[in-house]
Amino acid sequence: MSIDTAGAGALIIIGVMAIVTLATRWGGIFIMDFVPINDRVQQFINAMSGSVLIALLTPLAINGDVGAKLALLATAITMLVLKKPLIAIAAGIVVAALVRQF
Amino acid sequence: MSNPQQKITPQIIYSGFKRLLPLSVFVIVFGLAFGLAASQSGLDNNSALAMSASVFAGASQFATLELWSAQMSLVPVIITVFAINARHLLMGASLYPHLAHLSKAKRYGALLLVSDANWAMSLQAINKGNQGLGLLIGGGIALWLFWVLGTLLGLYFGSAIKDPFSLGLDMVMACFLLAMVVDGKKDLRVFAIWVVAALSSLLAYWYLPTNSHVIVGALAGGTFGAIWMGKKA
Repeated sequence: MSIDTAGAGALIIIGVMAIVTLATRWGGIFIMDFVPINDRVQQFINAMSGSVLIALLTPLAINGDVGAKLALLATAITMLVLKKPLIAIAAGIVVAALVRQF
Repeated sequence: MSNPQQKITPQIIYSGFKRLLPLSVFVIVFGLAFGLAASQSGLDNNSALAMSASVFAGASQFATLELWSAQMSLVPVIITVFAINARHLLMGASLYPHLAHLSKAKRYGALLLVSDANWAMSLQAINKGNQGLGLLIGGGIALWLFWVLGTLLGLYFGSAIKDPFSLGLDMVMACFLLAMVVDGKKDLRVFAIWVVAALSSLLAYWYLPTNSHVIVGALAGGTFGAIWMGKKA
């Protein structure tokens, strides 16, 4: 099925995107209504929530340029030492910007 | 669970809104980039704004721009948007234990604007024994506002920021999420889970269809954590 993106067609596509995205935002708790929450499910959920972030970041860290790699490293170290997210993020951005000037 | 019951009050929402404001300012830059890219891809201004306001999921919006043409079919759009945003399913599921006591309307309302940043901060706060739903809802409102505002600015002044890459601005979100990871609980079991998630996401990134790596890594890490059980949560 093909849609002409001039005029109302664009809004149809955007509407479908919005519905699909909302389904992903609501689908998780909808499904969990049918899953009995026992200790093992709880452990799965906890482990999974950290893993989402790791799975997002790893390909970035491996495939990114030197600026991206050092930015992530700077953020991790600053966070471990100072435990202040905003400073850690700022450190990462500054490092990426500096490295990319050369 | 030892955590206090999670509440939703106007004060809690407002304080969450304020906590996410500093990061939201950076989100303007992403919105700007999206507005600029949208106008270059042939979207009219109203469509680009409508997309940012109703979809509110940056990566999937950029990906749809790649597909944008005079004649386009819906199925690839649906698959792309779903694959990129499927991580929301896991985010919702991870918050379920802290939302289960609320009414259906509040439960679904709280997740209306869930995205990477406000979800990560919210869960972080909950795991530390603090109130987290204000960060989810109020933070989501802050991020949404600045995403839409950024898109609007990008449509008109997008060319003003010539090279966000050389300023390191593309790293804001990744550094933020990494800071959230590092700030969490760390022990041998958690490191093992991270290794499993990292390796499986990399393998998926290299060998499985595009955009599957987040889901694969998260499910692998979660499964590993369900096999090697930690102390009672």
